[in-house]
Amino acid sequence: MLKTEAIDIEKVRADFPILKRKVHGKRLVYLDNAATTQKPQAVIDALVDYYSRYNSNVHRSVHTLGEEATAAYEASREKAARFVGSPAKELVFVRGTTEATNLVRFAWGEKNVKKGDLLVTTLMEHHSNIVPWQLLAKSKGATLKFVGLQPDGTLDMGSFEELLSESPKLVAVTHCSNVLGTINDVGAICAKARSAGATTVVDGAQSVPHMPVDVGAVGADFYAFSGHKMLGPTGIGVLIAKKKTLEDMEPFHGGGEMIREVFLDHSTWNDVPYKFEAGTVNIADTIGLGAAVDYLAAIGMDKVREHEVLLLDYALQALSEVKGFHVYGPADPRKRGGVVSFNLADVHPHDLATILDEEGIAIRSGHHCAQPLMRWLDVAATSRASFHVYNSYDDVDALKAGLERARGIFKL
Amino acid sequence: MSSADIYREIILDYYRNPRNFGKLEKFDIDSRDTNPLCGDEIEMQVRVGDGQKIEEIKFTGKGCAISQASASMLTELAKGKQLEWVKQVNKEDVFEMLGNPDLGPSRVKCALLGMKVLKTGVYGYLGAHYEDPDVSDSMA
Repeated sequence: MLKTEAIDIEKVRADFPILKRKVHGKRLVYLDNAATTQKPQAVIDALVDYYSRYNSNVHRSVHTLGEEATAAYEASREKAARFVGSPAKELVFVRGTTEATNLVRFAWGEKNVKKGDLLVTTLMEHHSNIVPWQLLAKSKGATLKFVGLQPDGTLDMGSFEELLSESPKLVAVTHCSNVLGTINDVGAICAKARSAGATTVVDGAQSVPHMPVDVGAVGADFYAFSGHKMLGPTGIGVLIAKKKTLEDMEPFHGGGEMIREVFLDHSTWNDVPYKFEAGTVNIADTIGLGAAVDYLAAIGMDKVREHEVLLLDYALQALSEVKGFHVYGPADPRKRGGVVSFNLADVHPHDLATILDEEGIAIRSGHHCAQPLMRWLDVAATSRASFHVYNSYDDVDALKAGLERARGIFKL
Repeated sequence: MSSADIYREIILDYYRNPRNFGKLEKFDIDSRDTNPLCGDEIEMQVRVGDGQKIEEIKFTGKGCAISQASASMLTELAKGKQLEWVKQVNKEDVFEMLGNPDLGPSRVKCALLGMKVLKTGVYGYLGAHYEDPDVSDSMA
């Protein structure tokens, strides 16, 4: 197997049991990492270990199992926080990025957004960074406007500056596009938005899993990401915000664990971040996320990023040799995440995905939860190959061969 | 069965040169639906003649080869038939029309979108409501 200089690919691949599986008798070539990533044995073991050795509720049981579960749960908070340069007390566990944006919508938005206010997001967002703001705008009588895009798939900073001159209350932007791969300069965007008086939300679902991220340097009021896209389990994600911001917000869900005292006519709230973690939390998957963070940190996120840039560079060259291949997004691999969205002549992405599946190749096809972006690209759908640490040059070669086979079947 | 069999010459031909593609100037039925999973889109228009007969039928849409070819072939089958035929037609008829390809569960919806749109339109015209038996639409 051809290696990139960044990573010992055979050693890494041996850590992922699913990669041994065959699909339609072929080696699994998993290129749907922007949707969800595979899990290393260490993450699977962490889940099994919790359930088989110290399964217990956290924060309230004083017995041994309860103490162990609480320690492991809070250790995951420390690990995840350190991974992105945040204090642990400013990290709230949520189900995923979608729950994080919805938490902000309710707990911050209901209190702070008024009739006539302007909310700003961009045309390249995932639905999870559009729909909550649409709902907020509707419930408050606010307006939602979109930053436009340049032909190369980067944000139109001119249109951003224009919107800032209208003093928006909120600016929500993705760190890295799940379709175009565009990496946005969120540090600069947040700084400008802040001087215009806006609160900022950054969707880190496609950045934290793939590159070094320092949330302090980004400087967003809210930064969110999902565990399952970074080798962790589904159902666990992260929202980061300053302690003061979290303290000033209303709770999201009411119930056990998030309270300090409950009376018949009112309640007082637990300290942050627990104020936002109502009910029995997702203990097992949080511990699994901790194991995923350990795994990635041991490799080093700079290495993960370098590996993906090398793959991306190789893929963009190799695939463009296929006649009819058309790629979307910035051309420079250094300016994009490990995502290649494309179309192949008049082959519809769903037909292509069916053909590739027969070769054991998993790609995503469709609108990628980004319908406004699809309309801007003037396509109904795209195919998308996306990388992670276990992908190799061989995977790209397999994809290229699959595209050639699709050309044959479609008599191109 | 491999995709070489699914994407036979005739399916590709209907995909690239769809029959009855376009809009009617005068129509009695206009029905449209999408497949939220794929974003496939089909609109069908029907002019109803004497004896509840389908006098004219056209469709527009965008999507994968299976959804577009299936809708196009269905308009050819439906033309000249009575509305009652549309009520009776079922998914086995559609699969047979397509040459019984071995479609996975996620692609069956593509094949059946045209039929769903036509049935919804015809039921509505007859003052009834078409309940799609497959309610597992999800994932937008």
